[in-house]
Amino acid sequence: MSEQAPHSTDPGVEAASPDPSAAPPAAGGRRRRGLGGGLGRSLGLVVALLLICVVGAVTGGDRFLDVDNVMTIVRAAAVIGVVSIGMTFVITAGGIDLSVGSVLGLASVWATTLATQAMAGDVHWVVMVFTAVAVGTAAGLVNGIVVSYGRVVSFIATFAMLIAARGLAEIISGRGTQLVTDPGFEAFFNGSLLGVPTIVWMFLVVAVLGWVLLNRTTFGRRTVAVGGNAEAARLAGINTRRHTVYVFALSGFTAGLAAVMMLGRTGAGSSTNGSLYELDAIAAVVVGGTLLIGGRGTIVGTVLGVLIFQTLTNVFVLNNLSTSVQALVQGAIIVIAVLLQQRFVSRARST
Amino acid sequence: MSSKTSVTLVSMVTADPSAPLLRVTDLLKHFPGAKALDGVDFDVRAGEVHCLLGQNGAGKSTLIKVLAGAHQPDSGRIHWQDREVTIGSPTKALELGIATMYQELDVVDGLTVAENIYLGHELSRGGLLRHTEARSRTQELLRRLGHPEIRAGQDVGSLSAAGKQIVSMARALSHDAQVIVMDEPSAVLDPEEVDKLFDVVHSLTAEGLAVIYISHRLEEIRRIGDRITVLKDGRTVASGLAVAETPTPDLIELMTGRRVESDYGGAGVEEFGEVKLAVDGLALPGVFADVSFEVRAGQILGLAGLVGAGRSEILETLYGARRPAAGTVTVGGRRLRTGSVPHAVRHGIGLAPEERKSQGLLLDEPVYRNITLSTFGRFARGGFLDEGAERRAAEEQIGALHLAPADPERPIRTLSGGNQQKAMLGRWLVHGCDVLLLDEPTRGVDVGARAEIYALIRRLARQGTAVVIVSSEIDEVLGLSDQVLVVAEGAVVHTGPADQIDEHGVLDLVMEGTAHE
Repeated sequence: MSEQAPHSTDPGVEAASPDPSAAPPAAGGRRRRGLGGGLGRSLGLVVALLLICVVGAVTGGDRFLDVDNVMTIVRAAAVIGVVSIGMTFVITAGGIDLSVGSVLGLASVWATTLATQAMAGDVHWVVMVFTAVAVGTAAGLVNGIVVSYGRVVSFIATFAMLIAARGLAEIISGRGTQLVTDPGFEAFFNGSLLGVPTIVWMFLVVAVLGWVLLNRTTFGRRTVAVGGNAEAARLAGINTRRHTVYVFALSGFTAGLAAVMMLGRTGAGSSTNGSLYELDAIAAVVVGGTLLIGGRGTIVGTVLGVLIFQTLTNVFVLNNLSTSVQALVQGAIIVIAVLLQQRFVSRARST
Repeated sequence: MSSKTSVTLVSMVTADPSAPLLRVTDLLKHFPGAKALDGVDFDVRAGEVHCLLGQNGAGKSTLIKVLAGAHQPDSGRIHWQDREVTIGSPTKALELGIATMYQELDVVDGLTVAENIYLGHELSRGGLLRHTEARSRTQELLRRLGHPEIRAGQDVGSLSAAGKQIVSMARALSHDAQVIVMDEPSAVLDPEEVDKLFDVVHSLTAEGLAVIYISHRLEEIRRIGDRITVLKDGRTVASGLAVAETPTPDLIELMTGRRVESDYGGAGVEEFGEVKLAVDGLALPGVFADVSFEVRAGQILGLAGLVGAGRSEILETLYGARRPAAGTVTVGGRRLRTGSVPHAVRHGIGLAPEERKSQGLLLDEPVYRNITLSTFGRFARGGFLDEGAERRAAEEQIGALHLAPADPERPIRTLSGGNQQKAMLGRWLVHGCDVLLLDEPTRGVDVGARAEIYALIRRLARQGTAVVIVSSEIDEVLGLSDQVLVVAEGAVVHTGPADQIDEHGVLDLVMEGTAHE
């Protein structure tokens, strides 16, 4: 194990505990954990993002700094970003959701079937939105129920959903591409407001709501408690099983919402939509500073993590570098980010 | 083979009994922000049980780690058999003959007993493991420790905590250890197992090995120890005290720097109030059956019995954490839905669980959030938390309980065991429980903080809380409770006032109950 100092026997901690007056008072940083704590921890990520931007500006020049290019980055970040917000909750609660990508695909297919679109034509395109979100949430509920009441580890339960949802999406779509026919849907989700694409606004709103939900509500507190120590949370009177179901449902919900955004962006539902998004989302969440073992999550970090990866992709594309090189660098970034985090965590514990 | 070598070494050592096996002089070790060791001196002689005493944070763990080669001291000298040595690594410590049994037993559950014992120094020939040889040597070591019933091929995961300790000890012997450091070995054992452990320790010291024994329990040290070294704030405050000649109050004073009366928080309530908790015919198949009792307002009920007798399970079941096969739980006249913790908590039951760290606390979360873990919903409107109000409620408890340090933002991991336990009690004080269930309330709590916790429990009872206590320390149960239930093999074998039974009486009942099966 890389954790050389087991928690309870951490020398610094043990030494600091007997004489409280001599120990330094809790660091000021701790006090700011509510609002600024996330930002404080995320400072390194901001620096990393700026560095990537500098590299982009130097190598790509105006092409990188162009408003259209920036919009390309944030549009690409928006879909994966919404998925990552949901993922942040699941990981903070000590789980993992591997199914988000294929649930996104399934939701995009279900929302664009002839039947759904016909109904949308009769009523309103909101029917499509509702369908996608309902499909996503339902898949999340199934995940949650299997995990918490079936006691299947989330890795396996959501892995099964990954496979099954993709299969169902293929059956429904007949492996074809289903174009969005409703002009209103297209106009709204592929449009923009105040010069910013609608889906970017959606990402912003989801991120803000996610932050509030995680940091300011009982739901968020329960999520942290369940991920930090499920048994302690249970014995404190928290209904941990029910909460786990809710958390997975939330992740399904954001995957469904991301499907809507994806349909807006690409104009077509397909069973291949969202392929491997689960890995991008997990990478963004982990690089953002959410602990993979649960108990600590940061929405600000996740947003920055998503932006870092999307900006990096953009810089690579502008420089005509292959996706293979890009993948190599992404892998390195994940490892470096986690290494830095571990240092941060151990320092925080020993002071 | 191993026994032979140690015998020769022993005879060499015992030839000059005045020379200590291990001598530590003026050991210093600083960690950023704290002095863990600030001048430690002591020596260990062959054939003795040398007890290390000290409160949490006195430096015992750091000292052990220095001896085990896990930490390097900043300065100071270590002499091994009159030769100055540097213990640069855990391997070096084992080569010298110093083996350590950590509190969190460092055995691997998935491996067999033999594989555990030879972990890191596997017996091999030409790169191939010699299973048969390892197993026969293992069996020999286990026989030497008086536990031939443990089989070398058995999975360690299938052993009890006591069995794992034996494996850990056998591993020490497999390294030809001459000094075995035991860090609170009795913490996970019940009285009967402790007796067996002491037999093993006696046989080891009779062979000439030395044991460095660390424990919170002074009465154990009386039974097993030869000499005592007391640490306080990283410093040796007394070394080489003969156990037989040092009165307990003196030891406590050395450890804490003040005189602590070892009482249980004063008199109880004269008259108890109405029945707060009634348990009737509660049963959990295979664990306990037909458990019935009542606890009144102001009354403290103690559950005595061996580890594994079903005491903790009784608490957990009536708390809703386990679903009983039969029986009812009634709180304040209302029958509870069984098998639901949220329901029990809503109706005024609180539990401070046995394993504080793994079952009670969110270690990396701040103290105040641990205190409000059961009640934070109250400080929310429409799901939105009012952290100001939440923090104020927690701070009130931090003040009332004299939590040290009195910092609500500090991660609770950094608090001592006693203060963590106080925070657990604070959680239920915020909640305002009618019934408080305390499982091993003083485990891992040092002597000074114990008295405070006893006083707190008494005060809660006086204020009308019905308290149920489980403890492996029989004198604690008897001293603290008004009424005692003796549990053996999942059955209540005795109910009666605590002042009409003594420790021997309890043990007799337990043995009798166990014999009846």
